[in-house]
Amino acid sequence: MSSLFEEIREPVEADVPVRRVSVTVNGVKRTAEVEPRLLLAHMLRQGLGLTGTHTGCDTSNCGACTVLLDGKAIKSCTMLAVQADGHEVTTVEGLAGPSELHPIQEGFKDEHGLQCGFCTPGMMLAAKALLDENPDPTEDEVRWALSGNLCRCTGYQNIVKSVLWAAKKLQSQSAS
Amino acid sequence: MYPSRFRYEAPRSIDEAVALLHQGDGEAKVLAGGQSLVPLLKLRFAAPELLVDINNLPGLDYHRADSDGTIRIGALCRHADLERSSILAARQPTMAAAARVIADPIVRNRGTLVGSLCHADPQGDWASVVTALGGYVTAQGANGRRNIPIAQFVTGPFQNALAYDEVAVEAVIPAPKGKVAGGYLKLERRVGDFATVGTAVAVETSGGVVTRAGIGLTGVGGSTINATDAAQALVGGALSADGISRAADLAAQAAQPRTDHRGSADYKRHIVRTFVARILTRVAESNERAA
Repeated sequence: MSSLFEEIREPVEADVPVRRVSVTVNGVKRTAEVEPRLLLAHMLRQGLGLTGTHTGCDTSNCGACTVLLDGKAIKSCTMLAVQADGHEVTTVEGLAGPSELHPIQEGFKDEHGLQCGFCTPGMMLAAKALLDENPDPTEDEVRWALSGNLCRCTGYQNIVKSVLWAAKKLQSQSAS
Repeated sequence: MYPSRFRYEAPRSIDEAVALLHQGDGEAKVLAGGQSLVPLLKLRFAAPELLVDINNLPGLDYHRADSDGTIRIGALCRHADLERSSILAARQPTMAAAARVIADPIVRNRGTLVGSLCHADPQGDWASVVTALGGYVTAQGANGRRNIPIAQFVTGPFQNALAYDEVAVEAVIPAPKGKVAGGYLKLERRVGDFATVGTAVAVETSGGVVTRAGIGLTGVGGSTINATDAAQALVGGALSADGISRAADLAAQAAQPRTDHRGSADYKRHIVRTFVARILTRVAESNERAA
C-alpha cells in the first residue's frame, strides 16, 4: 500500500519517515503508510479516491471538508491522517445505501438544497451529526449545526428546509 | 496546503510526552485539538521538527467540579463538551456562555480549552474567561507539576509561560466564595470569525454585595486584557446602575483596540462598554428577581 499516496508526496527521500495507519472508512478497514504531515482530507481524496470530501478554503473555515470521526463532525483539512489511526470515518460516499439515497440526500434533492453542490457533502455530514444527536431539531437548531459550513449559492434557506425534510423522513422511517 | 515535514509521536502517558518534548529541545510542539496549530502548520507559520500528539493520553478529557466548587478542565476536554456541560450550566455562567460562541460547532468538536489558553491568541475567548475567573493552568514537566496563574501564563501574543518540556495538563477555576454570576458576550462578523470584541465578566456576591469581580477582554489589545480597575470598582458594593456604568467606563479605558477591518478603535471601545454594562445589568436584574 505504500504507493497509495505517491501523487501527493514531494519527491521522497529515502529517510522520510512514514507511519502505518489503519482507519475504518465508511465501514471498510483501510490500511496505508502515510507521511505524518498528510492531512486527513488529502488521504481521503487522493489516497482513497473518495473525492466527495471537498477541500474549499483549506483554513478550517468553510466546512466543505466536513466528515464524521467516530460519529462527530470534524473538518478533515484540519486533522492529520495519522490522528485518524484506529478511528472510524464517514464521508459523503458512506451516506447512501446500496440502492437508495440517504434521507438527507433525498431532502437536499427534494428541497433544492444545493446549486453548485460544492458545500453539499460537508452540509450533509454536519446535518447527519445533528440528526443522530437530535432527531427532531428546530429550525434554529439546524442553523446552529450548520453555522460552521459556508454556502455561497443558496442563502441557506433551502439547505435548512432540506435538513428539516430529512428529519421528518427519518422520524417516519423509525416510527414505521 | 501541506505542513512542512515533521516527526510525529503519539505518546501514551504524560511522562512520555514530557520526555519527548525534552528530547525535542525547543523544536517540538504539542498537538491537542489542533484547530489553531494545524492551520499554522499548513501556512508554515509554525514548522516544528517534532509534533507530540497528546490525543492518546488517557484520562485528560474530563471536566468536573470538586466538592468545594473548584472547576477542573483536562487538556483534552473539547469545547463541545463544555458547551453541553450540565456542570457549567448549573455553576459557571461565564464559561457556559463562552463555550457556545467559540469558533463554530464543528471546530468545537476538536478544539480544547487548555489548547486555546496555550495558543494565547489575543483574540482567543478562553483566556479572557479564565482571566475574569482568576484561574490558573497546571503544567507538568520533568520536575513535577506547577500551577501558573493565567495572568502569568499568557505572556504576550501567542506566547505562554510553559517551559519547552512542559505540558499544560489542566485549567483550574478556583472555588467561588459567594453566589456566582456573569456572562460572556462576543461580537463577531459571522460565526467562526475572530472576535471583533469579547468581554468576559464574572462576579461573586454575598448578601447582595459584590465580594469578587473579574473582567477579561478579548480582541482589543496585543494580548488578553485583565481590566482590574473596572473589576475592583465593583467590589464592596451592590450592583447599582451608577456602579455598573463606572465599571463599564473603566473597562473601555482598559481596552487598547486598534482600528482595523473589523472596526475602528472607538467603535470597539464602545462595544466593550456596552457589553460589560449589559452583562452586569442582567446580573443585577436577576439578583433583584431572586431577592
